[in-house]
Amino acid sequence: MSPATGYAGVPRWVAAIAVVGALFVLLPLAAMVMRVNWGGFVGLVTSESSVSALLLSLRTSLAATVLCIVLGVPMALVLARSTFRGQKVLRSLVLLPLVLPPVVGGIALLYTFGRRGLIGQSLDALGISIAFSTTAVILAQTFVALPFLVLSLEGALRTVGTRYEAVGATLGAGPTTVLRRITLPLVLPALVSGSVLSFARALGEFGATLTFAGSLQGTTRTLPLEIYLQRETSPDTAVALSLVLVVVAVVVVGIAHQAGSTKYLRGAL
Amino acid sequence: MTFAFDARLAGRGFAVALSVAPGETVAVLGPNGAGKSTLLGLTAGLLRADQGRAVLDDTVLFDTDGGAFTPPHQRGVSLLAQEPLLFPHLTVEENVAFGPRSAGASRQSARSTARHWLAEVEALELADRRPAQLSGGQAQRIAVARALASDPRLLLLDEPMAALDVSVAPALRRMLRRVLVGRSVVIVTHDILDAFTLADRVVVLDAGRIVEQGPTREVLERPRNAFTAGLAALNLLVGVRSERGIRLADGSEIFGASTLQAGSPAAAAVRPSAVRVSPDEPVSGNRIRGEVLDLEPRGDLVRVRSALISADVAPALAADLDLVPGAAVWFGFDAAELAIYAA
Amino acid sequence: MRRLAVVAVAVGLALTGCAAEPAEAPTAGALEGSITVFAAASLTTTFTELVTQFEAANPGTTVELNFAGSSDLVTQITEGAPADVFASADTKNMTKVTDAALNEGDPVDFATNVLEIAVPPGNPAGIEDFADLAGTDVTLVICAPAVPCGAATAAVEAASGVDLTPVSEESSVTDVLGKVTSGEADAGLVYVTDVIAAGDAVEGIEFDESGEAVNTYPIVALGDSAAPDVARAFVDFVASAAGQKVLADAGFGTP
Repeated sequence: MSPATGYAGVPRWVAAIAVVGALFVLLPLAAMVMRVNWGGFVGLVTSESSVSALLLSLRTSLAATVLCIVLGVPMALVLARSTFRGQKVLRSLVLLPLVLPPVVGGIALLYTFGRRGLIGQSLDALGISIAFSTTAVILAQTFVALPFLVLSLEGALRTVGTRYEAVGATLGAGPTTVLRRITLPLVLPALVSGSVLSFARALGEFGATLTFAGSLQGTTRTLPLEIYLQRETSPDTAVALSLVLVVVAVVVVGIAHQAGSTKYLRGAL
Repeated sequence: MTFAFDARLAGRGFAVALSVAPGETVAVLGPNGAGKSTLLGLTAGLLRADQGRAVLDDTVLFDTDGGAFTPPHQRGVSLLAQEPLLFPHLTVEENVAFGPRSAGASRQSARSTARHWLAEVEALELADRRPAQLSGGQAQRIAVARALASDPRLLLLDEPMAALDVSVAPALRRMLRRVLVGRSVVIVTHDILDAFTLADRVVVLDAGRIVEQGPTREVLERPRNAFTAGLAALNLLVGVRSERGIRLADGSEIFGASTLQAGSPAAAAVRPSAVRVSPDEPVSGNRIRGEVLDLEPRGDLVRVRSALISADVAPALAADLDLVPGAAVWFGFDAAELAIYAA
Repeated sequence: MRRLAVVAVAVGLALTGCAAEPAEAPTAGALEGSITVFAAASLTTTFTELVTQFEAANPGTTVELNFAGSSDLVTQITEGAPADVFASADTKNMTKVTDAALNEGDPVDFATNVLEIAVPPGNPAGIEDFADLAGTDVTLVICAPAVPCGAATAAVEAASGVDLTPVSEESSVTDVLGKVTSGEADAGLVYVTDVIAAGDAVEGIEFDESGEAVNTYPIVALGDSAAPDVARAFVDFVASAAGQKVLADAGFGTP
């Protein structure tokens, strides 16, 4: 704590508690890393089932993130920029997947898209079956990851305000042009960091996938499901794959942090 | 481009009807809350009127009777706000080219239009900079160029000099005078220098209503109500034209020349700088006795205000005369300094 | 949470046990003490009943139960969870315990289980035997080979020469059953005991090839027990005629 940094005003005991909190998160990670069987690590991680699970996870998470962006951007815009009756209720409902146990989300999806589900019944009659497919995995991941994007983006949209959009309109830009050339570029950092967070959440999704999509190598057995299964026979593999997931998550969160910087917006807000 | 406006907005106590002739610049003066920004908002399409109608050439901007409402981007009305609000993620040139691009111009032609207007506002060398790298004055220049580049039929300026340093404003004012020639413009301002420099006509708003309007010099040199007089920083005396001058409400007569018919309602204006303050009654010229209400420093002079009339005196004199609120003094001025005109 | 409660109760009872030394001599053969039994999830209903009978026959004993997947239980035991008895759903997991020398005495086989086909009421896909499960239109759900019921399924597949193409390989038999009862799957391979326990929610279809994969359930008392007498007594009770009847009623086979 050099004097040159100025007065920060953080009491010592607060810093101490912060350290405890940090340890609380880091120690379990360290404990896990210490259990890794480094000798067999490469072999365990590159086995056919491991690679299949990792590739499936990446594919589905990417697809889920795209879906989150396609659905989430309009939702964030409507929630942040328009006023209508029931808006507060709608916002709470949209954030529901954040607090629901994922298994509950999976059950709800099953009752909607399953063979006897609300929409699933009609789909089944048309010959479209969603359960037990990769589509189901993507749906489950989108369901839990969507609120992250909507939250990030809505916050940024509120902060930026609508002044620039008004100027754009008076300069002759129609609503779609305003959205494309003014609104979205201005909230791009929040959009990127929200997307990356959604990706990370989708990557780690387990409960809803297990309940709704099932578990089959190459089709629905994502990395978390593979880890869950490997626990039965090979704890070494489970730990190794867990480490892989942790590393991917750390990289992803690091990128989100970087992308969230708003260098060029400083001085304009 | 003829602009005719007539609208009411109950929530803000706003009821205004005005028009702008082709190529005319109209200055809208008034205190904060008078409704100036409301007027601009309704004209640009960013606000909706409770009741009223506005037409620009052959386009109906809005008409509450028929429910017509043209959205902002289709009105051909550009609004320049107090803050430049340049798009932070685009370069200066891209900002100015925004209007033409939105209208469908090709990248090339939009670029050349942008460069033309940047040259007009003498800011061409800033073309590749980003807004965050500009000073307030520079940014406001670019904002003017951007507004003009979209070739609006009507240009609205909302106190364009308000956020600028006093040293920078004159240059911008000169530039505006040059580029607004031949354009239909409504400029909202606090500053009568803007009105004098840029406006053909002046409209004075107070509490959402027009209290006075007319050609610039006419309104600002010959105000007909106290409010406008205050804006123009002139003393206003109201009464009836008498044989040799004007008779005030309290019966006293103030002398001055005028072509006005005796007996008609009249108003008279005299500049505070032409009024002298003395403890004893002046022997010649007009004189009015008054109690000092307050003293207001104004640059190198002090304005001594009383109920009826104000005088600008040197601080040394104010000190010598021991002028304090409550002191009874005489305000005197020559008849030649008084302008008497119809009320 | 359960572990903490178990430890607290065990400590409490041990203390009261120490403090309450009765003046009269205990009658010969009367058991006292408290034990914790770790049992495979498929033993839930049967072992709950067994414990009720055991506690009734031996007042002064208390038996706490902990149900989970067999391999989860093994992990807990090897990490030092306070268990006195372990009942596994297969011999593979029991071997992990004996290899680690955590047992007290030899494991005893007390039940067997075979697979049965479970279908939703009404049998919408018209399954009649094991070979029907390989049909292209059948939505089949089975256990993953890594879990006991999945290993059994794989063994049956190999022995019968039928190639199954399931849409999902679940990590627990409960999940398989769940997908059948909800109507998502046309058929699932679960244990006989699961079909009986599910009652009207599913229909069961026995098949001959099930004999190719018989799952044997062993039970053993664990070392480091606070009440080794009670532990051994419980193991004996499970293997006794009374215990066997409870298990047979639920559909288990004889060891």
